Amino acid sequence: MSPPAKSLAETAVEFGLKPEEYQIIVRRLNREPNFVELGVFSVMWSEHCSYKSSRKHLAKFPTTGPRVIQGPGENAGVVDIGDGQACVFKMESHNHPSFIEPYQGAATGVGGIMRDVFTMGARPIALANALRFGDPGHPKTRRLVAGVVAGIGGYGNCVGVPTIAGETNFHHSYDGNILVNALCVGLADTDKIFYSAAPGPNLPVVYFGSKTGRDGIHGATMASAEFGEDAEEKRPTVQVGDPFAEKLLIEATLELMATGAVAAIQDMGAAGLTSSSVEMAGKGDVGIELDLDCVPQREEDMSAYEMMLSESQERMLAILKPGREEDARRIFEKWGLDAAVIGRTTETGRLVLTHGGAVVCDIPLGPLTQDAPLYDRPWVEPAVQAHLDPADVPPPADWSAAVLTLMGCPDVASKRWIWEQYDRHVMADTLEEPATAADAGIVRVHGTRKALAIACDCTPRYVAANPFEGGKQVVAEAWRNLSAAGADPIALTDNLNFGNPERPEIMGQIARAIDGMAEACRALDFPVVSGNVSLYNETAGQAILPTPAVAGVGLIPDYARRAGFASMRDGDALLVVGTSHGELGASLYLREVLGREDGAPPPVDLEFERRNGDFVRGLIRSGQVSTAHDLSDGGLIVAAAEMALASNVGVELSPTSATHAHGFLFGEDQGRYLIATADPAPILAAAHAAGLNVALAGQAGGSDFACHDLFRIPLARLREIHEGWMPAYMAGSAPVS
Amino acid sequence: MKAAVIVFPGSNCDRDCKTAIERSTGANVEMVWHGETELPGGLDLIVLPGGFSYGDYLRCGAMASLSPVMAEVCAAAERGVAVAGICNGFQILCEARLLPGALLRNASLQYVCKPVDLEIANGQTRFTAGFRGRREARMTVGHGEGNYFADEATLDRLEGEGQVVFRYRSNPNGSARSIAGIVNERGNVLGMMPHPDRAFEPELGSEDGALFFQSVLASA
Repeated sequence: MSPPAKSLAETAVEFGLKPEEYQIIVRRLNREPNFVELGVFSVMWSEHCSYKSSRKHLAKFPTTGPRVIQGPGENAGVVDIGDGQACVFKMESHNHPSFIEPYQGAATGVGGIMRDVFTMGARPIALANALRFGDPGHPKTRRLVAGVVAGIGGYGNCVGVPTIAGETNFHHSYDGNILVNALCVGLADTDKIFYSAAPGPNLPVVYFGSKTGRDGIHGATMASAEFGEDAEEKRPTVQVGDPFAEKLLIEATLELMATGAVAAIQDMGAAGLTSSSVEMAGKGDVGIELDLDCVPQREEDMSAYEMMLSESQERMLAILKPGREEDARRIFEKWGLDAAVIGRTTETGRLVLTHGGAVVCDIPLGPLTQDAPLYDRPWVEPAVQAHLDPADVPPPADWSAAVLTLMGCPDVASKRWIWEQYDRHVMADTLEEPATAADAGIVRVHGTRKALAIACDCTPRYVAANPFEGGKQVVAEAWRNLSAAGADPIALTDNLNFGNPERPEIMGQIARAIDGMAEACRALDFPVVSGNVSLYNETAGQAILPTPAVAGVGLIPDYARRAGFASMRDGDALLVVGTSHGELGASLYLREVLGREDGAPPPVDLEFERRNGDFVRGLIRSGQVSTAHDLSDGGLIVAAAEMALASNVGVELSPTSATHAHGFLFGEDQGRYLIATADPAPILAAAHAAGLNVALAGQAGGSDFACHDLFRIPLARLREIHEGWMPAYMAGSAPVS
Repeated sequence: MKAAVIVFPGSNCDRDCKTAIERSTGANVEMVWHGETELPGGLDLIVLPGGFSYGDYLRCGAMASLSPVMAEVCAAAERGVAVAGICNGFQILCEARLLPGALLRNASLQYVCKPVDLEIANGQTRFTAGFRGRREARMTVGHGEGNYFADEATLDRLEGEGQVVFRYRSNPNGSARSIAGIVNERGNVLGMMPHPDRAFEPELGSEDGALFFQSVLASA
């Protein structure tokens, strides 16, 4: 590509830089950048790579703890899980590409997050995803669901890493901006973690993996802008994934690391060769020289600009220890991967690129990384919804219809249609409950009695109603889900999805949601070890619901002592742990049954959150309880119904408060769990002694899901409604609203 | 007792097969790279594992069936060594003509991962003798192309000769006559879509896969 006729300042704007950002570049260089240099600056200073709008607020998260080996700032977070083993994990969005080309967008999202994990020396052992789609009735939604699910499965299944957890919501605010957030969890030895900082000058820089093509050029810039009406035209910036190449790359990378030849390593993700080389040299405080003629190329006549900005997938950059090129060559040859020494580290502190024998870029690394713009964007305190008293919310006119409406609504209906397309058993360490019914996905740590629990959470309607309380709830629910599985919550990764941060009301959502999340992280000793920010999720001025998704990881010391919710037996007593006030604000009952989206979200009392969770986890650890479920969307009704369906045993609920039965049954009060036990007396006594609220809420038995004279629904009917919506919707035969 | 698991580029159940055989039988398991032109001596069982050999961008298993090591696998099968192809391994055995028929795209056109209840249609084979007369087994499937197809005459022959070993109780992929696994005429080469290598301990949902591996090594 030859430099266009227009001025570089104009080109800078096209590349997504603000005019004042371009002026900073000119001042730092003491000259105008050339076309290649401008390309490098524009991607490094994109929101996606620089976190320029969110960095100030991200600093509020607690990121350390006794188990934290590596917090944010590397490719993924690393936590100690004992016995010399570490868990490496991160969540990342691929929202914009997935909207434009759902199969490849989602597939490459999975590929990218796996590379972040094995780059650090960890073998990927589990995948999860958090998906948000538009209204089911929107003409694009069905095609996007089908494409995203097929893409996630197509990539993860082929590479051979089980997809074991996830969540899927539908809401009209995502009509023009779906969210595809993918998590990867890996396992490594604590003394064999690999980092990206170049350890010194004069070391060989090796490129390996797939060849570089013209795909994905300026993908990071696209991910840092709103969509206009021309979203479809951005399709050429979406990359194409090759999961077979990824599988080979994993094996070759781990084999190369085992030889001891690797000094530093980084995958080529967003902004490809540019960000990988700049970050490795920048973090190591050295310079780097690359000869672009040596880069393996898939297409002819590629320019320096195209090579530096390509986001071709399945590529790695490694800095080798001196004299280890032959070890590397042998391994790449075995796995059939393209590889080449393309440069070396230097003492200059500069990024120098040559192409066709000429220097095409020569800029200091400092401005690219440390001097990237940092914005303290103006924000306004978000408007929050007023509290709703249960007395002000009418009970359902028809109880049975209300229960069935909730169980069959898009957010609660079974997502079997989705997860049966993901291989969740490969690696033979996924603990299979009947129908995989647990609040967290659980995989064994291969060859040990330990297991890792993984849960993805976010309740966007709560965050929209009150960003601070909603932010707290996001973290608390992940912590609660891990506790309900019997795991010690260790750490979490976040994936903050919001609209345009240049709008003060959106920036207010970001700032306050992070405040709430950070407060919950501190109160629950649940540090953030990695994360990703996706802004500008809006189309034609319509922003998504604020969606700061998280994925939590917990440790189960002995997988024989864990819990799911498919093991309830006939005759078990059902106990609710936690206090029920009947919080109906921003509840699913309100939205799905009454058609209202008002009210304050249920507040999160972090002290009781912790005490209740510790109590339930203790019951699981001592072997007293193996059936537990957190209470969240749809409250007690939905939790009890899911437990009944998964266990294939009926339930008779007994509301304790006759005046506001709907508040008790549909309320979404936080910090609560539903447990089933054959022997409730000692648990009630222990709770009483500990000063915790635990109350009898019903009895398991029979084949109906029922509550006194309010409703009685045969389990088979409930199952038909719960399982039926998604397949019918995807077949085009379900009601869509 | 000694077993080998063949590793093709893109195999992803190779470790699972090794783990499953070791934990169910205590046998010594060697991993053999697809580029080898010799197999270890004294093998009682060769496993072609699941995965996406060569990405399965061509017909599933088509590229792998031409890997250098496959000539040795065919020769070992000829000598009577037990060969089990699981999932992608089944596809490879069909492409290598060690087993009749082919595996087409699932009737749903979607990948399917779920537990399946199987009927043991022939409990007398060296792969099923360890079930000791039990007529049912539970394992999981995970595949996009497990829809077994053969012409009617071949299907009649397979059924008539007792070569249908496993059948789905509830057909997950459209397979002809609900066939989940077959053996060759001689009874030493088996292909199946369900995964015994993911069903060898109670925590995995079923231990029936352990019986499968115990059968073949007991008969060795």
